[in-house]
Amino acid sequence: MSRDKSNQKSIRSMIQENKSSRSQSAVMEKVVPKLFLICAIISIFTTIGIVFTLLTETFTFFNRISIVEFFTNTRWFPFAADEHADFGIIALIMGTLTVTAIAMVVAIPIGLAAAIYLSEYASAKTRKVIKPILEVLAGIPTIVYGFFALTFVTPLLDKIIPGGISIFNALSPGIVVGIMIIPMIASLSEDAMNAVPNSMREGALALGATRFEVAMKVVLPAALSGVIASFVLGISRAIGETMIVTIAGGSRPTADINVTESIQTMTAYIVQVSQGDTGYGTTIYYSIYAVGMTLFIFTLIMNLLAQFISRKFREEY
Amino acid sequence: MDITINKQMVQKNEKEQDFTPVFKINNLNLWYGQDHALKDIKFDIPEKQVTAIIGPSGCGKSTFIKTLNRMVEMVPIVRMSGEIVYREKNIFTPKYGVEELRTQVGMVFQKPNPFPKSIYENVAYGPRIHGIKNKKVLDEVVEKSLRGAAIWDEVKDRLHENAYGLSGGQQQRLCIARCLAIEPDVILMDEPTSALDPISTLKVEELVQELKKDYSIVIVTHNMQQAARISDRTAFFLNGEVVEYTDTSTLFSNPSDKRTEDYITGRFG
Repeated sequence: MSRDKSNQKSIRSMIQENKSSRSQSAVMEKVVPKLFLICAIISIFTTIGIVFTLLTETFTFFNRISIVEFFTNTRWFPFAADEHADFGIIALIMGTLTVTAIAMVVAIPIGLAAAIYLSEYASAKTRKVIKPILEVLAGIPTIVYGFFALTFVTPLLDKIIPGGISIFNALSPGIVVGIMIIPMIASLSEDAMNAVPNSMREGALALGATRFEVAMKVVLPAALSGVIASFVLGISRAIGETMIVTIAGGSRPTADINVTESIQTMTAYIVQVSQGDTGYGTTIYYSIYAVGMTLFIFTLIMNLLAQFISRKFREEY
Repeated sequence: MDITINKQMVQKNEKEQDFTPVFKINNLNLWYGQDHALKDIKFDIPEKQVTAIIGPSGCGKSTFIKTLNRMVEMVPIVRMSGEIVYREKNIFTPKYGVEELRTQVGMVFQKPNPFPKSIYENVAYGPRIHGIKNKKVLDEVVEKSLRGAAIWDEVKDRLHENAYGLSGGQQQRLCIARCLAIEPDVILMDEPTSALDPISTLKVEELVQELKKDYSIVIVTHNMQQAARISDRTAFFLNGEVVEYTDTSTLFSNPSDKRTEDYITGRFG
């Protein structure tokens, strides 16, 4: 140390010197957080703006059509001549729920089984191969899924189902939405199960449990909050899914449940009206905001539910 | 000179061995990949006694105890040779059911690892997975096991509360109770008190003394005083080999190997 004194400054003196130049960075320390705050506020204001637009236009709509009729009428025929037009959202909600239910019947068992396999059985090597493939599946544009539903799944179902199936129906987009959601459920559930400490698996194995018993009776219950949250987020995604149901679901809103017939979902209706030459200020124009608002409330409830569930079912460890 | 001492030791051991063995370990070798972790282990573990395994960190004592219930196979790169005979059967024969072995040979881990369930469910877990569903039987098993682990009085009023609300020492005794619930023959303990405070440690040690009346216990410890206090026989491991294995009192008062003496007098380790 003393040898270096002559030709080299000590670290301490260098730090002391640099302290003075720090004063410039002190300005940065103050300004940068404010910039970040502005960025955060932008996203909040965007959300507020969207909700505001939805609310005002929805309000206009309910001045023309009573809210009671909107939620009790089971017929949705907005394009009929004025006095014959029906705005009963139940028909659209049923379409959305049918597709969502079919999607979850496909996605939950397959997604969960995939997650259990990846987390409890797969070797590190296998996981390295399968996880990226799942993520590729999650990255496919939904319009591609839509064509897949219309040109592959529907004809296939037409052959399988006795009596055939309409070219537009609820079953095919439902299945394909389910396929689209599998990676999401698999990946989120696998994260939740991976977070369960290994010591718990060892504890159960040391009691003579098989790997399956460990997976079903220790890991899954311990990861339940994350697993259920992944289901709810999947449902939310299915409710909001647009392209697949627009392409393969058809445009015949109905409150009856018949999965082989054409349906219309809330999202598909909004697409239909947005593409068409509906005039600004017509009741139909305002109706898409009312439908959009309903959709927004649905997904909001689902997301809140996911948060609530992940808190409620958390097994502390 | 070393060799002659070793020979004497072996002869002495053979003479001394007047117990019923529960485990007979023969030429056990184990590798983690290229790393030769256990070398030609050969000794017998007595029934209804406490056998302590001591040695410095990385000597293979934890690896060894995990071979006894084949938990070591959780590590994918592990390879083994030799045999471990448990009650006249080699546990490495392909048709030997590993789950069956683990119901006979229970284990308590270094860090308490209760399940994130209620105290009751933790103890009932073992009987449940082995098909016992009758509520009355389960109630009895839970009480008996918690009493056996000397924790019943502390938890009897909060059986349905989460096990993670217990202190570390209580959690460890709960894990012992969980192990007792399936009525094992042998209990393996892998440094069961290393994460506990002195008072909890004392309780677990007293418990071990109680348990050896009914169970054969193998305990790994890095605490030599603990080994001296609670065990009947002690094996000293060094670099994957058994340097010395004899009566605890003999090993601590009159070790026959220089390395054992150096270790127990604190010259290394």
